[in-house]
Amino acid sequence: MYSQGLNQPTEASADSPEQARFQARIDAEDKIEPNDWMPDAYRRTLIRQISQHAHSEIVGMLPEGNWITRAPSLRRKAALLAKVQDEGGHGLYLYAAAETLGVTREELVDQLLSGKAKYSSIFNYPTLSWADIGAIGWLVDGAAIMNQIPLCRCSYGPYARAMIRVCKEESFHQRQGYEIMLTLSRGTEAQKAMAQDALNRWWWPCLMMFGPPDSASQHSDTSMQWKIKRFTNDGLRQKFIDATVPQGHFLGLTFPDPALRQDPETGHWQHGEIDWAEFKTVVAGGGFQATDRLEARRKAHDEGAWVREAALAYAAKRQARKTAA
Amino acid sequence: MNRLALARADDALILGHRLSEWCGHAPALEEDLALANIALDLIGQARSLYTLAGAATGHDEDHLAYLRDERAFTNLLLVERPNGDFAVTITRQFLYSAYIDPYWRSIAATQSPLAPIAAKAAKESAYHLRHAAEWLIRLGDGTAESHRRAQTALTQLWPYTDELFDPITPDDIAVPRETWDTTVNAVLAEATLTRPDPKWQHRGGRLGTHTEHLGHLLAEMQSLHRSNPGATW
Repeated sequence: MYSQGLNQPTEASADSPEQARFQARIDAEDKIEPNDWMPDAYRRTLIRQISQHAHSEIVGMLPEGNWITRAPSLRRKAALLAKVQDEGGHGLYLYAAAETLGVTREELVDQLLSGKAKYSSIFNYPTLSWADIGAIGWLVDGAAIMNQIPLCRCSYGPYARAMIRVCKEESFHQRQGYEIMLTLSRGTEAQKAMAQDALNRWWWPCLMMFGPPDSASQHSDTSMQWKIKRFTNDGLRQKFIDATVPQGHFLGLTFPDPALRQDPETGHWQHGEIDWAEFKTVVAGGGFQATDRLEARRKAHDEGAWVREAALAYAAKRQARKTAA
Repeated sequence: MNRLALARADDALILGHRLSEWCGHAPALEEDLALANIALDLIGQARSLYTLAGAATGHDEDHLAYLRDERAFTNLLLVERPNGDFAVTITRQFLYSAYIDPYWRSIAATQSPLAPIAAKAAKESAYHLRHAAEWLIRLGDGTAESHRRAQTALTQLWPYTDELFDPITPDDIAVPRETWDTTVNAVLAEATLTRPDPKWQHRGGRLGTHTEHLGHLLAEMQSLHRSNPGATW
């Protein structure tokens, strides 16, 4: 899972023959590969976006990991563990995709741990009940898919190819999450209440995953021109709402938005005012669980340092023995 | 109740649960994936074994996993030991896998009702053993600190290894001690670790006499299931 939502400032491209050729290839839907010429700003934008995506996968393991040891059946326990493992796998190959742009995983991890790099702020919300595991799969992964499907056609080859696999797995997660919600909403009164409470808490943060409204977003143009991004925040948000509201109604749940209504002419679901002040607070690091999330990552990193050192030392010894032999 | 299947299921579930506690907190991303993978194999084994164990009495896997108290669990003490640092987790996995891998292969070749489950489990345990052995060698022969931690883990866990060799039921098979010794001694030698020689060995898991750790593990694992009696998940 992952969300975009953080529009990156990018420089306007200067005119040069390389730049013109580069843009022509993008316009022709050619893929840009690691050894190809690319503008510095394109490289920087991609490093930021791909690494944020990777960080989000890694931090995203924590809220769901919170329920692995308490999953209510062995089948659910195995499915959740496999899902969280998938997120780790996404992180791994996204870091690898970012490395093709000339950074190391270590540098990127340092940026996450030092607080310099961002990750999707959705993971700074807490998972308080088992239904949150369903809601995350259904809504958070559902929103992520809306963002990510277009990235399968991103102009940068390694990212686009990674996203094809990520999207396949995410859509499986999304169905799995919805199936948890369906089971709960057809279950006992306590389970139904759990499902409704989870929807109430996750709905608005999920709408925020698509980022600020287009009217307030100044940075999309270059990303659009470079075909890193293909749809606007509001466009993707609308697509998500239109797909999700009928699913929620099928569950017999209500959305925590009294203004939610379907436009009879366009068929689109219109939503109430999003609390952008909350979004800004969470993006700026003031998320409910933000301190805990980073602390958990730092702790794992610090406590694992001796293990990584041992692995390096052993590899060096082995190499030396081989050379001596 | 098939006591043999039940005890082997308990081993797999409790160890799988312990490994799942690492998820998101491992020393490297690759190990997050590997430990989760092993945990998944073990939980899968537990599910098949519980289904077999409860078939005669009509108890399903979740009943056996979630609705028994600690005195009814018959897992090895070794597998309930807390994760500790990475060296403890790897050493625990290694000592267990070095026994259970030949065990699954042997029982797979018999007429035991466990044989079909064992045939699949043997493929998984071979990988678990290789993964743990490779790490134990890296840790033992890595840095001074990793060597110290690995040796400490080995010394702490060794008194729980004799229990591995106790047959669970009269018709259970036993892996010869020499088989396990050969595997373990070879890896310890390569890891430059010293085989401990403790003055005592702990037993009790097979009779439901556990260390204090198991109760906490079960309290966490069973809490949601038990707080919603009769619910379907």
